Amino acid sequence: MSRELLDVGSDTVNGAFSEMAVEVKELKKRFGSFEAVRGVTFDIGVGETFGFLGPNGAGKSTTISMLCTLLNPSEGSAKVAGYDVVSDRSEVRRRIGLVFQDTTLDDYLTAEENLKFHAELYGVPRSQTAGRMSEVLEMVGLWDRRKSKVQTFSGGMKRRLEIARGLLHSPRVLFLDEPTVGLDPQTRSHIWSYIHELRQRESITIFLTTHYMDEAEHCDRIAIMDQGLVAVIDTPEALKASIGQDRVRLTTDDDETAIEELESKFGLAATLSEGEVTVYVPGGESFVPRLFSELGVSILSVSVSRPTLDDVFMEYTGRTIRDAEASMSEQFAAKPWIRASRR
Amino acid sequence: MSDVTSQDPQSSVLEGADLDATKRDGGSPPKSGRPPAHLGRTAAPAPIRLAGGKFSDDLRAILMVWKRELIRFRRNGLRIATSIVQPVLYLFVLGTGLSSLVGKGMPAGSGFNFKTFMFPGIVCMTILFTSIFSSISIVWDREFGFLREMLVAPVRRSSLVIGKCIGGATTSFLQAVIMLALAGLVGVPYTPLLMITLIGEMLLLSLSITALGIVLAARMKQLDSFAVVMQFVVLPLYFLSGALFPLRGLPGWLEFLTRVDPMTYAVDPMRRTVLEHLSIPEAARSIFAAPVTWFGWQVPIGLELGVVAAFGAVMLGISIKLFSKMD
Repeated sequence: MSRELLDVGSDTVNGAFSEMAVEVKELKKRFGSFEAVRGVTFDIGVGETFGFLGPNGAGKSTTISMLCTLLNPSEGSAKVAGYDVVSDRSEVRRRIGLVFQDTTLDDYLTAEENLKFHAELYGVPRSQTAGRMSEVLEMVGLWDRRKSKVQTFSGGMKRRLEIARGLLHSPRVLFLDEPTVGLDPQTRSHIWSYIHELRQRESITIFLTTHYMDEAEHCDRIAIMDQGLVAVIDTPEALKASIGQDRVRLTTDDDETAIEELESKFGLAATLSEGEVTVYVPGGESFVPRLFSELGVSILSVSVSRPTLDDVFMEYTGRTIRDAEASMSEQFAAKPWIRASRR
Repeated sequence: MSDVTSQDPQSSVLEGADLDATKRDGGSPPKSGRPPAHLGRTAAPAPIRLAGGKFSDDLRAILMVWKRELIRFRRNGLRIATSIVQPVLYLFVLGTGLSSLVGKGMPAGSGFNFKTFMFPGIVCMTILFTSIFSSISIVWDREFGFLREMLVAPVRRSSLVIGKCIGGATTSFLQAVIMLALAGLVGVPYTPLLMITLIGEMLLLSLSITALGIVLAARMKQLDSFAVVMQFVVLPLYFLSGALFPLRGLPGWLEFLTRVDPMTYAVDPMRRTVLEHLSIPEAARSIFAAPVTWFGWQVPIGLELGVVAAFGAVMLGISIKLFSKMD
């Protein structure tokens, strides 16, 4: 497929995308001796909402930065909207919208002025600027506040304005890096309703990162990332179904003996996480009575639950996302320069 | 691949039922990065012409960056006020104090006002301080994230730098114009030709110093470094420029330093322009209006302004280079 054909197709004709929205091959990124991304490969189809799920420090932001042309990969290749992120940087930039973890608005300007700035820098045709601006402002519910300085906005409003700005130039792919981090639950659910509306109205590809399990459920597919690698990629439903077992968590007098006995008497591999002994069994409810009669240590509490994405994360990485974050922050504390170089 | 890229209009209907398929065979999730086939058959976003790296696109970027500086400047009355306090203090407090001292050495009744001598230097000082201050706002932009919004835009980095330079220069020029308006108070006449010449010289200096400021700000990570820049760059530039004392009969080391200070070549032409429009006694003129010399050779005004322009051009080139390397 020649570049010329692709150019015409991707910019004008409906559904004429002849490539994936995002194609990533063996992408790696090193900071000094620290390998933040250790070779990830995946494709994202046009119109898909794709989530990167993982603890802080898993390499999600680094991957997204490489796809947004903000960081050069150490190895491997990636294409966004059909263009290579290294050799066709500005072509990629024209076709993507970005919403960063940290706000990148000018507080002294009004909402409208921030959008206007963006429109001018991205070359949105003058005849379309006003219409496009009111469209995106109305979508995120900030039309009434368009003349207010961003200084006066709450965290949630700023995030909404950034989403509106990211959409202003009608990007092919919208990157949302932790779109709801630091927001209260109500605002988080608002942001999600905007994202859903967006999928219907703009039908663009959305690539987001999150470390909230519940948010990953909103995605068509998710990739679970841990320690610089993608552990698994699938739909949230398929991932949960793949576990096929219920999670039984118990607290006991003597966790270590409990784990040993679960192994010897039941043939189950139990793990200790967040202070609870966890085992996965088919038919959790009928397992509990057996547990009480056969386990040699006294049980303080038991809970049985259907698989969630937490369990999926546990299944594929061998730890819970919170444990992963705890160990990650220890690692960061030991190497403060990593944090610095990630900025 | 062909499923996703199908161009058949009939198939562009979203088939929600396909979702169940993925649920059914969910027993063992494929570890591949291939998206499900039902996605991808959605309507493309409204077509929009995208910036194409043309000159007009860069021009729009330059104008917008410039406009943003003006909007921010207009909203910040306090900044304007504070930037005027310092030169006013220098001119009317220090200037008046020194006048009584300098006046004693002058022939009686010569009527020369030391504040008139200081005036061009003070206007240059206003430009120096405010230009550096405007370009330091890049560090603010970095700290508050807005710099990132600019850097990821699909425009040439040079457009951003040029816009920033023109914007910063405009705001510092406007503040210098406020000082220029005080000319009458220190015995400088509002002759149109004099004013136009001074304005031209002020514009040139504003652009050059703002370019210098951008070079300094490009590598600066924290605002704390601003104090360092003030002490190590701005104050030496100011004290060596001849804004406060005539550059005649100085010790060799000091004379050398004043000659390598680019500010010298902005202060001197402005002072010569001002004093040429005044009738002052010969004795005073020989001390205060003495032009800058290189090894005894009197440097013409044109060359002096050329030095300022060349300095600005080099700084602009360096700042574009620094910005191009920024992630």
